Amino acid sequence: MRYIPNSPQERAEMLRAIGCATIEELFRSIPEKFRLREPLRLPAARSEAELLAFFRELAARNAAATEYAVFLGAGAYHHFIPSVVEALISRAEFFTVYTPYQPEIAQGTLQALFEYQTLICQLTGMEVANASLYDGSTALAEAVLMAERLTHRREILMARSVHPEYREVVRTYTRTLGLNVRLMEYDPETGGLQVRAVTPSAETAAVIVQSPNFFGVIEDLEAVAARAHEVGALFIVVITEPISLGLLRPPGELGADIVVGEGQSFGIPLSFGGPSLGIFATRERFVRQMPGRIVGRAFDAQGRRGFVMTLATREQYIRREKATSNICTSQELCAIMAAIYLSTMGPRGLRDVAEQNAQKAAYLAREIARQSGFRLRFSGSHFNEFVVHSERPVALVLEKLRERKILGGLPLERYYPELRDCFLVCVTEAIPRSAIETYLRVLDEL
Amino acid sequence: MTGAPCQVTRDEALIFERSRPGRTAYSLPPLDVPTVPLETWIESRFLRADQLAGLPEVSEVDVIRHFTRLSRWNYAVDLGMYPLGSCTMKYNPKVNERVARLEGFAQHHPLTPEELSQGSLEVLKMLEELLCEITGMAAGCLQPAAGAHGELTGLLLIRACLEARGDARQKVLIPDSAHGTNPASAAICGYRVQTIPSTERGLIDLEALRRAADSEVAALMLTNPNTLGLFEEAIEEIVRIVHEAGGLVYMDGANMNALVGIARPGDMGVDVIHLNIHKTFSTPHGGGGPGAGPVLVTSELEPFLPVPRIVRRPDGTLALDYDRPRSIGRVRAFYGNFGVLVRGLSYILTMGPEGLREVAETAVLNANYLAHQLKDTYEIAYPGPVMHEVVFSDKRQRAYGVRNVDIAKRLIDYGFHPPTMSFPLIVPGALMVEPTETEGREELDLFIAAMKAIDRECRENPELVRTAPHQTRLGRLDEVSAARRPVLRWRPEESNAPSGSLSEKRVASPEP
Repeated sequence: MRYIPNSPQERAEMLRAIGCATIEELFRSIPEKFRLREPLRLPAARSEAELLAFFRELAARNAAATEYAVFLGAGAYHHFIPSVVEALISRAEFFTVYTPYQPEIAQGTLQALFEYQTLICQLTGMEVANASLYDGSTALAEAVLMAERLTHRREILMARSVHPEYREVVRTYTRTLGLNVRLMEYDPETGGLQVRAVTPSAETAAVIVQSPNFFGVIEDLEAVAARAHEVGALFIVVITEPISLGLLRPPGELGADIVVGEGQSFGIPLSFGGPSLGIFATRERFVRQMPGRIVGRAFDAQGRRGFVMTLATREQYIRREKATSNICTSQELCAIMAAIYLSTMGPRGLRDVAEQNAQKAAYLAREIARQSGFRLRFSGSHFNEFVVHSERPVALVLEKLRERKILGGLPLERYYPELRDCFLVCVTEAIPRSAIETYLRVLDEL
Repeated sequence: MTGAPCQVTRDEALIFERSRPGRTAYSLPPLDVPTVPLETWIESRFLRADQLAGLPEVSEVDVIRHFTRLSRWNYAVDLGMYPLGSCTMKYNPKVNERVARLEGFAQHHPLTPEELSQGSLEVLKMLEELLCEITGMAAGCLQPAAGAHGELTGLLLIRACLEARGDARQKVLIPDSAHGTNPASAAICGYRVQTIPSTERGLIDLEALRRAADSEVAALMLTNPNTLGLFEEAIEEIVRIVHEAGGLVYMDGANMNALVGIARPGDMGVDVIHLNIHKTFSTPHGGGGPGAGPVLVTSELEPFLPVPRIVRRPDGTLALDYDRPRSIGRVRAFYGNFGVLVRGLSYILTMGPEGLREVAETAVLNANYLAHQLKDTYEIAYPGPVMHEVVFSDKRQRAYGVRNVDIAKRLIDYGFHPPTMSFPLIVPGALMVEPTETEGREELDLFIAAMKAIDRECRENPELVRTAPHQTRLGRLDEVSAARRPVLRWRPEESNAPSGSLSEKRVASPEP
């Protein structure tokens, strides 16, 4: 076996050295009756060439963004990834290491994570960020648990326009703890929240709003924040498309107490939904209740600057059942990918790419609305996603687009029964105009 | 050449400190659609006014040099032995990286219609089935993104199952040797944790277990082999005690590298197990993730698994089934860390059944070899037939004023990553060593020689050990001050801190 260095002779010598006659003897503490007598029923070992051929065939069965024009968003976004991200992240010094428990030989990971935390703070306008959680949905669930710890209140008020799968994860995490999740309706005209729908009480631990929301509509965060703070609730803002931060006012300026999000857009491939990157940022005064790893600055005895994992007394390996979360392994490599992506884009690049997303989405939305039988469902401000209402059956429209190698959008009926005539469309900078024109032609021909 | 900084060994500033106005590293095609004033699409009050000030302005060369230099300050599996106990830091096969990067996978959107996602769904279905065969379980869920996430999922499944039996319970039993994630996961699921002591042999105390196993017990969380590297010989009795009390047995599969192809938890009566794909199944640890923590269960627990389940239709194609009324719900958006899972499948198919058995055999042989060669030098708190890892302690070296952390730091000077020290809590001054099967004999012999040399140093020159490491760019960092006054992000004034100088010559980090 090529991944096991020892030759049969070395193996025999080592066995002799420890005074064992057979390998079997090493497993004597496992009761005889549980030891397998037969090999596992697994496929036979494959050579590297056979393995690649097998997976190439499987990969070819997927409609990937290389072959199809993907107008799907909804929490996973097809953006161009600069070559430097792949080149740097493929360095074994980044990807074949573990959590930096030994800072003297992990400064590379630690400094990159410190830079990531800084970048997230700059983008969100928040004061502190952790070094990543699993993904946007679990980051939201962790934020809810944190709000409960901070307020000791039992009710969560969440917009129904938060990503439906995120809401499901929150429900899974909170059900056993007996937290009550109350939903806020979206305005059927604008697609955003109406301030009067935001009705927190003295029992509300947190008010949760996504912006841009699941329909792509930008929410009036400042107004919601005021309502939450009036009753002493925390305001949690969810972001599934962080490229929007290249253009939009940061939630930290608008009263957010916790910002969570999905960072996949920052240089991480779609990869069928994971690995992704859970973003988590908050206010300095809440830092000791924050979940996850945090990297901080430290000095050695000679006063040289370095970085360490810090505030470990929050964590499971010190506090066990009293820890702020059970997180151990999270998504640090993805955080480093985001740091490389954001460093590469810089302030101008991030603004440019965000503007391209907005302009391309605006163009397609404008042109679709001019087609007969189609209109924009919501009137609010959008970033790179919008909901289309169709007089023709949604399935038929998407099928016609698919025939032209276009994944035209996400039918919304499964998530919002009242929107069964609607689908969600996303346009990123990675969609060329030619694909947009084909899209419009297909609608025109219907 | 006096006064010039040494290029290779110089300090690397933060990316923000390298920023120079006007530098760029990105490229975008020209915007190719007719544009409108942005304010007609986005109300101007929503637009940010800060011009993203503070983000670094650097060139592509700057980015490459910066992160490449940073990377050289890391010690990695590809450089040498990384015996971090319970983390299974084995070699990460390169072909798996190629597989995960195939465009059909990497560029596959998770909400693509099922009929156009058959390749990725096949990967997930196949992996689930193979993991069931490896563990002897009936069904599984691949959503959890890491081991601790798998623990959470597994305990939620247990709670749902007990509630369905009409017998929701309050507490989870956890041996005192367990990893900290176990009690933390139990707490998130609303359970009270009761700790079960270990015997002087390092195994679970059966009498204590019997006393604790009352009508309030929801589950026992058992790591097997445990964190001392010992197999719980009485596993059959342990399972019987918990089951007779009406509870379920959760197995933390972090140490599955000792068992794969040798024995199956399902055959032992375990009800739920999570696996760490990034441990047993070779996927890279990435500096602390991404990993994957699939959960496998018995048929009794199958109805409660998270949605969606991947099911095969009569025509042979795969579909996502959301119609699962007894499901605990989702534990993550989409379907898990697919990119990690596909690497794990690639590994299993590379190894085959004989290869996986050889993994466990070699991992256990290597650990026993280390235990044998070092047992006269370092105390083994719980001597016994070890499996994939061995826990030494600093008991003998402490007489010279040297602690486990000093030994660990000195190992860095000898070119090794230190062992695990933060647990098991029942071994004071623990040094948990897990060599894995991907270390050859000469690497193990070098490690043994280093450990023996450090022991000699403890006696002859303990100060040398106490002040280690000496070969790294930085010395030990003051973690206490870092936690007392945390600085968790860069600010412009940071750059005036005492160490900002680039001209101060540094000691090189360990080189390959």
